Amino acid sequence: MSPAGATSHSRLADLVGSSRVSVEPEQLASFEIDGVRPSAVIRPESKAHVAEIVKFAVLDKLSLVASGGRTKLNIGLPPWRYDLAVDMSALNKIIAYDPGDLTLSVEAGAPLLNVSKSLAEYGQFLPLAVPFLRQTTLGGVVASGVDGPLRQFYGTARDFLLGMEFVTGEGISAKSGGRVVKNVTGYDIHKLMIGSLGTLGIITSLNFKTFPLPSDPRGFVARFRSAAEACDMRARIAKSPLTPITLEILSPRCAELFSSEAASRFETAPMPPNVLSPTEWAVTVGYAGNEKVLVRYEADLRRIAQDSGATNVTVLAENLNAAWTRKREFIPIALGSSPAIVIVKMAVLPARVNEALSAAQQAAESNSLSWAALARGLGIIYFVLLPAAQDDETRKRVENVTNAMHDACEKLGGQSTIPYCPAAWKSNLKIWGPQNPGFPQMQKIKNVFDPLGILSPGRFVGGL
Amino acid sequence: MVSLTALATATYTDQQRAIRNSRATRMKTELLRDLKSLLGDAAVLHRSEELLLYEYDGSVEIARPTCVVFPRTTAEVQRIVQLANQYQTPLIGRGAGTGLSGGALARNGGILTVFSRMNRILDIDLENQRATVQPGVVNSDLSAAVAHAGLHFAPDPSSQKACTIGGNVSENSGGPHTLAYGVTTNHTLSLEAVLPTGELVRIGNSALDPTGYDLMGLFVGSEGTLALITEITVKLTRLPETVKTLLAVFETLDDATETVVDITARGITPAACEMLDGWTLRAVEAYVHAGFPLDCAAVLLLEVDGLKEAAEQHAEDVAEICRKHHAREVRVARDARERDLLWKGRKNAFGAVGRLSSTYYVQDGVIPRTKLPATLRHINEIGTKYGFQIGNIFHAGDGNLHPLILFDARDQDQFRRVIAASDEIIKFCIDMGGAITGEHGVGMEKDRLMPLLFTEAELGVMSRVRDAFNPDGLLNPDKIFPSKKGCGEIHIRSLPVRGTAPPANSPGVPAA
Repeated sequence: MSPAGATSHSRLADLVGSSRVSVEPEQLASFEIDGVRPSAVIRPESKAHVAEIVKFAVLDKLSLVASGGRTKLNIGLPPWRYDLAVDMSALNKIIAYDPGDLTLSVEAGAPLLNVSKSLAEYGQFLPLAVPFLRQTTLGGVVASGVDGPLRQFYGTARDFLLGMEFVTGEGISAKSGGRVVKNVTGYDIHKLMIGSLGTLGIITSLNFKTFPLPSDPRGFVARFRSAAEACDMRARIAKSPLTPITLEILSPRCAELFSSEAASRFETAPMPPNVLSPTEWAVTVGYAGNEKVLVRYEADLRRIAQDSGATNVTVLAENLNAAWTRKREFIPIALGSSPAIVIVKMAVLPARVNEALSAAQQAAESNSLSWAALARGLGIIYFVLLPAAQDDETRKRVENVTNAMHDACEKLGGQSTIPYCPAAWKSNLKIWGPQNPGFPQMQKIKNVFDPLGILSPGRFVGGL
Repeated sequence: MVSLTALATATYTDQQRAIRNSRATRMKTELLRDLKSLLGDAAVLHRSEELLLYEYDGSVEIARPTCVVFPRTTAEVQRIVQLANQYQTPLIGRGAGTGLSGGALARNGGILTVFSRMNRILDIDLENQRATVQPGVVNSDLSAAVAHAGLHFAPDPSSQKACTIGGNVSENSGGPHTLAYGVTTNHTLSLEAVLPTGELVRIGNSALDPTGYDLMGLFVGSEGTLALITEITVKLTRLPETVKTLLAVFETLDDATETVVDITARGITPAACEMLDGWTLRAVEAYVHAGFPLDCAAVLLLEVDGLKEAAEQHAEDVAEICRKHHAREVRVARDARERDLLWKGRKNAFGAVGRLSSTYYVQDGVIPRTKLPATLRHINEIGTKYGFQIGNIFHAGDGNLHPLILFDARDQDQFRRVIAASDEIIKFCIDMGGAITGEHGVGMEKDRLMPLLFTEAELGVMSRVRDAFNPDGLLNPDKIFPSKKGCGEIHIRSLPVRGTAPPANSPGVPAA
């Protein structure tokens, strides 16, 4: 903050109460983004507070980054300016929950885990099996746009977010959508906020459709000698009448990652033995239903796996969680395995996954980098580079690999980004992928919601 | 044209007006000339009798365009946009004209751009379950084109045999099966579009999670106020292995609505859950002969689908819940023919009602499903209060109501009462925590109701989003956002008698 900082702080304290403003160095450090430290942390307790804070920031020309569980602040570029950290953790209440209507309204800082507990009392849930589940808030899930294994059947937040309230970069309190499950009243502005990293507004509350918890979920894992065979199984499932709730392809290296020290931080129960093999690819399928449905799935999946050339299959029932938690936490497990992890997200058409994987594999191996991959059945690949060091020479090799991956992905008609990498490498790597043809339209959107550029400035595509 | 004699005797103001009129006439002549030289004479309509059809859509609104054009290519669309800019003339996109909120009408004149000749399916990618189409492709034509591969385009508005995918995208259309499958926005991946500035843009991607802001989420359902869509890539969905269609017959409306509440609360998501009240049912039966019972208070048309083992179980569960709520009969369609007949009844319901009354007004409010019984009772009370027969045929599983009010459009007093009754219904929906439109759109019909849901500041944010893409308001002006002239103003003019059939420009029946 400017030399006027001290006055700013006291005025902020006047605005929301002194107990809600902190300039303690330790506090400030815990809100750092890629080494950029805010000048103050402010903890609003209401939507009105948030609006007041933004209006204050407008007048004092301060920039803000709102955060919840602070698990995904490293996605995107560092903010080019970061005066105030807006800690949303006090906006953590369930505003309304109508189990009979299967709709929910929550404040943005509400932890997903707490909300899930309340819903489970009614046999319901939000199908957001996202990474960092234990610390994450719903606002954070939506603002970061992270996905999870359940998107195979339930889609992403985009598909069941009914509406939201937010504060724009001018301090305007606004809403979009509503609380009903079907609604075309006005523009779907809440969709713009998904994955926008807080660059368009500060989300204050969210309305979701809830779902009945699937009864008796099972897992099926088939192992293959090659990625091509694993991808073949995915294609066969897509052509079958089966509608599994999760469907993923895991590279051989996942076997090691899932039994690593990093994995045990997320799941104390050990990985069930012999499910994965360090030399084979795996297809993992989740499904649920009545007894007859379970029997049918198992029989069909066994047949499909065999047709695709599986070397081994396992059905997971009571030990399902140990394996499924690891799969959900694939990203943090990978990040925990070494300080110089780089994760590239490639989005391609489902039938292009094999080509994308082999291009990435080739690029990694020709640059002597080890790697691991998790590909969702719908065509989203998380490709992890596991460099042994963080020196310049390594960085150059990583740069080569990621550029090659961006190119390959573009050639396949897909798009790629680098959501996670060491902060020091961000200026060298193309975090947001190649030049985005939609950028001029995105600029128009940014100018509407944050004309002064004070919300998470610079973190998003093209420095928005 | 104004005669010289008339000009000579006119007052100064009249003279000014005459000059302005003659300038407008000259402009119009030049615009038509330019459009014809661009598109050919056969692709430009402007004579009064030619425009008549295009004054309507499926709503009660009427507005005459200046002219109607039929582009065949994206390049032609771009040129039309340039001409609209050059002549500062409003520009309105239109598919089949089956919309129910006046979205595709030229509210204050302008070039109505009809996409019916851009109706090619450009690419079908069975492996990836994608299709790329021009905006004028008819909804059910796409499903028919991929049925051989066991796929379909999931959004299924009742007008699907006529309505276009471009229209579906603009309105974010729903349909009976969107309860389980989602609405158009859940099935649309990318667009090519011409902005009102003439700029050709591509947004979204045929792969998931396109990088950057979710422009698709904004554009789908923007009711033609942001861009003219020239190409669309959609997802194709696998047809279920088993479909079970049930008809549950109830003696009271409350039993039927309580059944819906119970099905929802138990976490069963049928593929469709439609309700028809007794009155509507009798109108439909007289027209479609689907075998609906004539002496009941309501029926639920329920469909469960999926894997054989799951669908059978769900059908049993649903039937049991119906019986628990005193269904006098639960019929299960025995084969595809019986199933089609039941759906024919549902999908032709508005057409059937059209045989009874020259005009009807249909609302599209949404409420939480738990509020269905109270809301239906209240709608009936409103009908009694205003002296109207209100039919109810709607997507009960979504809480998306379609109260249908029959009236005589020639009677201005009736017309005023219809608006008053329907406003009262909408206000009740909002009080229940609902919204003013579930799938028909705001258009020019519900713009004046927007302030009931959104503050001025919120509407200001939305309108700035529109202005970012449509800065001069040339594209589909005077839609969605309330005019400044004051809330509650009735903008629907006195209505001509329409005859007994739906408007001739909508070959099917309006979407529901």
